[in-house]
Amino acid sequence: MLRLANIHAGYGPIKALKGIDIEINRGEIVSLIGSNGAGKSTCLMTISGILKSVSGSIMLGDTDIAGLPPHRIVQRGISQVPEGRRIFPKLTILENLQMGAFLGRGDFTTSLERIYKLFPILHERKKQSGGTLSGGEQQMLAIGRALMSNPDILLLDEPSLGLAPIMVSKIFKTIQEISSEGITILLVEQNARAALKLSHRGYVLENGCITLSGSSSDLLDNKKVQQAYLGE
Amino acid sequence: MNGFFIKRMPKAVIISLWSALLFLPFKGLQAAGLLFLFLFLALLVITVASRLSGPLFRTAEVIRKNAAGLIPGDSRYLLLLILPALTLPLFFRNYILDVAVLAGIYIILALALNVVVGFTGLLNLGFVAYYAIGAYSFALLNTRLGLGFWSALPLSVIITTAAGLVFAAPALRLKGDYLALVTLGFGEIVRITLNNWDSFTKGPNGISGIDPPSFFGITLAALSSFYYLVLFFVVLAVIVIRRVHASKIGRAWIALREDEIAASAMGIRSIRYKLYAVSFGAFWAGLAGCLFAAKMRFISPESFTFMESVLILSMVILGGLGSIAGVIIGAVILVALPEALRDIQMYRMLALGAGVVLLMIFRPQGLFGGSSASRS
Repeated sequence: MLRLANIHAGYGPIKALKGIDIEINRGEIVSLIGSNGAGKSTCLMTISGILKSVSGSIMLGDTDIAGLPPHRIVQRGISQVPEGRRIFPKLTILENLQMGAFLGRGDFTTSLERIYKLFPILHERKKQSGGTLSGGEQQMLAIGRALMSNPDILLLDEPSLGLAPIMVSKIFKTIQEISSEGITILLVEQNARAALKLSHRGYVLENGCITLSGSSSDLLDNKKVQQAYLGE
Repeated sequence: MNGFFIKRMPKAVIISLWSALLFLPFKGLQAAGLLFLFLFLALLVITVASRLSGPLFRTAEVIRKNAAGLIPGDSRYLLLLILPALTLPLFFRNYILDVAVLAGIYIILALALNVVVGFTGLLNLGFVAYYAIGAYSFALLNTRLGLGFWSALPLSVIITTAAGLVFAAPALRLKGDYLALVTLGFGEIVRITLNNWDSFTKGPNGISGIDPPSFFGITLAALSSFYYLVLFFVVLAVIVIRRVHASKIGRAWIALREDEIAASAMGIRSIRYKLYAVSFGAFWAGLAGCLFAAKMRFISPESFTFMESVLILSMVILGGLGSIAGVIIGAVILVALPEALRDIQMYRMLALGAGVVLLMIFRPQGLFGGSSASRS
């Protein structure tokens, strides 16, 4: 469904991605793990078009979406939950969700009801400003906001970042639920164990290159992965 | 209550002492002592007032909620402002009306800058450029081509909006401080150009003999009729800006201000919506420029210095970034205050400075800004 081929990207002279290949099939949860600065977030930013790739192609079905501006990519059904949540703190929860539906993909009321069903707390607090939510609730809002554009592919950047363990498991359960609705998910995580347990397949990113890939259970059993990312 | 005072007292003493010490070398011991006393008492009053303001605000909120059923929607706030404003010429002499006209022009300017700085978060230190372009377009169209008020006004507003677009397109690639510096440069470039392009703008001599506006053949030279004209445009500006603020475009502006990356991840085209904001702001600033030129009937580059940009920005910050009602009140205060302080002219800049310091200490979000505005 989504295939990155030989993607190079970076920030000025700094090369963050040095030719990576990733393939995501419809309905899958694919996790991308790696340490700080490996290029995980850069990879998602490149897919969403917020960062322009230097070379390589990003095929969505039969079309190359590399180099398209972010709004065209949202229009094509790829939505991102950025790292650190990045909700709009002074807008209310409802307004935050409205921003997610900015391009008007799909029916607003239907999407809204779906989000409220997924996260009832957002419904309870819809008139509260986003900044007053707890970290976990903000993460729910960020995910809800991204889902408001009715994406086919959801890009999740470190959804467990800075959350209490109980919140982490709640968020991961929600990701599973979203996946069961038929949405394809690319999950970037530092919490490698939780991510691999949830996902079907995984990629390991090191210094801007994919060094390992395979089914999640294979990666969980892999000695190198265990030493570097699972702390065993 | 007692514990509250003990906690606040040292702060008040330190602020007053510090200001008095700064003052000492210039005016001697007596004046510094007086300043200390005055500031200390002022701080006491403010402290008590801020202590009491909580219940006061709550009462006001209850009244507002109960009154909500009487007049529909947003218009009730507007009516509250318009009704006294409409009757102003009946009660006051020309001097007050003159100040009111000036206040009206600055309200439009401050509302326009509020769209750019308050809603969209683009710091602009050269906003006077649009004001100047509006005023000069109007003056030149009127004196050179003989166009009347109602044909020169839309044309100059279009010219100003276009100028806003042309300038903003390259500048908007910059962010934060860098954008502020470029806008500051733009303001200066416009002023210096007006000052030196003798053959076209008559340079420092300025343009005189601008026709006063007329309405269906009746010349609106009388101050009271001009006052109503300005009032009409102020009300128009408030209504239109409120509507746009509440629209999808307005929300996109706020989203861009809050978090540009998140906003673009939502599919908001950042450059395009910033361009909308800048040109929308330029539109109203151009209109204010036209009113200014038609009111003064004489303009020169001296009216469009950097200090003017600072003044407009102060109005926006004093009232509270992003708050329409706050910005209106900020503009009125900053126009009225120098007039009220005319008798102690020597000290009025000092008082203004002290006022700004006090504001930053006690209400960093501005008089009417939301309580969360200073955080984040």
